[in-house]
Amino acid sequence: MSNEENANPKCDRRDFMGKAGVSAFLTAMGLAGAGSLVGLSPSVLPDPSKQLKIGPPQDYPSGTVRVFDEEKVVVISDDEGIYALSLVCTHLGCVVTLDRGSGQFDCPCHGSKFTMEGEVTKAPAPRSLDRYEVSLLPGGQMLVDQGVRLDSGEKLKV
Amino acid sequence: MSGLGQLGRNIRSLPKNFMESLIRQGMPNSSRGRSKTVFGNVFLHVHSTRTHRWSCRPLFTMGLGIALLAVFIALAVSGVILMIYFQPSVEGAYNSIKDIQTVVPGGRYIRNLHRWGAYVMVALVFLHMARVFFTNSYKGPRQFNWVVGVILLVLTLALAFTGYCLPWDQLAYWAITIGSNIAGSPVEITDALGITDSFDVGGMQRDLMLGSKSVGGPALLRFYWGHCIVLPIMMMIFMVIHVWRIRKDGGLSRPTDIREDELAGTPCDELAETAFKEKHDKTYGLMCVVPDKTPAVDRGPEQTVSTWPSVFYREMAIMSLVILSLVLLSLFFNAPLKEMANPAVPENPAKAPWYFLALQEIISYSAFAGGILLPTLSILFLMLIPYLDREEGQSGRWFESADIRKTTIRSAILSAVAVVTMLTVNVTAGWLKLSQIWITFINPGTVLAGLFVLLSLGVTARTRSTRHGVTVLFVYFLVSFVILTYFASVHRGPNWDFYWWPSLWPTH
Repeated sequence: MSNEENANPKCDRRDFMGKAGVSAFLTAMGLAGAGSLVGLSPSVLPDPSKQLKIGPPQDYPSGTVRVFDEEKVVVISDDEGIYALSLVCTHLGCVVTLDRGSGQFDCPCHGSKFTMEGEVTKAPAPRSLDRYEVSLLPGGQMLVDQGVRLDSGEKLKV
Repeated sequence: MSGLGQLGRNIRSLPKNFMESLIRQGMPNSSRGRSKTVFGNVFLHVHSTRTHRWSCRPLFTMGLGIALLAVFIALAVSGVILMIYFQPSVEGAYNSIKDIQTVVPGGRYIRNLHRWGAYVMVALVFLHMARVFFTNSYKGPRQFNWVVGVILLVLTLALAFTGYCLPWDQLAYWAITIGSNIAGSPVEITDALGITDSFDVGGMQRDLMLGSKSVGGPALLRFYWGHCIVLPIMMMIFMVIHVWRIRKDGGLSRPTDIREDELAGTPCDELAETAFKEKHDKTYGLMCVVPDKTPAVDRGPEQTVSTWPSVFYREMAIMSLVILSLVLLSLFFNAPLKEMANPAVPENPAKAPWYFLALQEIISYSAFAGGILLPTLSILFLMLIPYLDREEGQSGRWFESADIRKTTIRSAILSAVAVVTMLTVNVTAGWLKLSQIWITFINPGTVLAGLFVLLSLGVTARTRSTRHGVTVLFVYFLVSFVILTYFASVHRGPNWDFYWWPSLWPTH
């Protein structure tokens, strides 16, 4: 560095005006740019219906396992009642499949395993499969509400 | 003289005058003309008019940078052609790819070229990075160009990822699903801290990626936009910077103690030997009047050859070789296309293309650690290498010293043993049963990476050399990438279970 540049260690008036100008320019450009990026974030997020009618309890005798492909929900009935589990792996969103031989849900993508109750038996899944509320509608139909999550073990007693 | 007469003469001499204005320095049919052309042509002037003989040694660079440029051009051309037919919508995407495969003249070949080109490009990027590292070429003044190189690596992977998500087949749909959930995986951390409700970074990233709460049309359009507009433009900007900086940083790296026998086989310019003395007896003039040192004082441009033709021949040879291989590959092997996307059932196993299989393996330990934490730290480490290791050493030779060669080989063996041991333990015994937040930070991927960071620090202390330290970690990065890629492609089967061989997979 030359003497000329080191002569004014503090910034003088001209320097200050220059720096102020450049900062104003960069701020304006930055904000204008950032402002236009707001459009990248969607405000309307279409989401499929979260409610699913699954028929009367009589259709679900103990031991029934019925998979609803499109909604990615499985409805299981055992001696204690009826419950609905999400088939979406809690790791990274692949759809688990039921291995009827071992009575386990397997995830094809990264190898997580879940029990019939949705509990994790093999990582990497961080938590149990989502359990949705099953309720009895006045007409005798049952309704699975994917908007309402239940604690593990809760079942609809019929 | 009449105006019309003048006009007539102008029209008659138009071809000659046009050519003279197009090529100002005359036809490049003399050494002087060629030098002037290289100097004055916008495309050629990224080369200097003279190039050092060291840069012409084929085994030094292996032509990887030029090969990458060739692949990129092939990808850009084939991509632009594919864009005419591809429809970025859930209904149209798969069928338009099928059309390209079966109906469009040459479509199958162009798509093959685009897909295989991407695979080749990713491989070449890694090889190119390894070449620059092991020839110690990231040292000053080339530090920043190494950083640009790492940015280009990330952009290449991003282009590859967004690319294979477009055909909306099973691979694409589940890759977008998994990719967006990885973007959302910081929720593991915010959940553990209990701040997800107020500060949901993961969810925000996922929504931004998908443009929706679920994987569908908006996501496909965003990937298309990224793949065809944003990423290619960024890629080109950084490529220009990368190539420009090679020139500004003084060409390719080379040692200061080059022996004559090392230059055997490179072109030689008799004229240069007599015209340039080793030491000049006068200093060069200033490039412009600024307070700074004058460049290259007291050094003549010794041991250089004219870029045209010596360097251009070599570059054309490499480019032809690359394009020829791509063409042959694309004529005889078809690019993968799975069944149409089925949101109800993923493929089993659902495997990523080869370059993401290492990532898929560590993601199978933890989503956040494998998908975000380790990749981010790895990229950060790669970028910082020139600033962590500022040792002066000979650049431009493979393994600049016997010690470095030894450290490289030892780290490679140790990394291989460590990764294989980790995989063996993980497959046979499984991993510790810990609560989720602990698994995020203590899993095979993070533990092994942590051990090698410690080893690297230890080596730095013992050898008193940061170059040795970063070598340990860089070699570990490469070796674990290769082994995990091999392991995940061969030994992972349905439900990501271990199999000795794909032929042993159960048939359903």
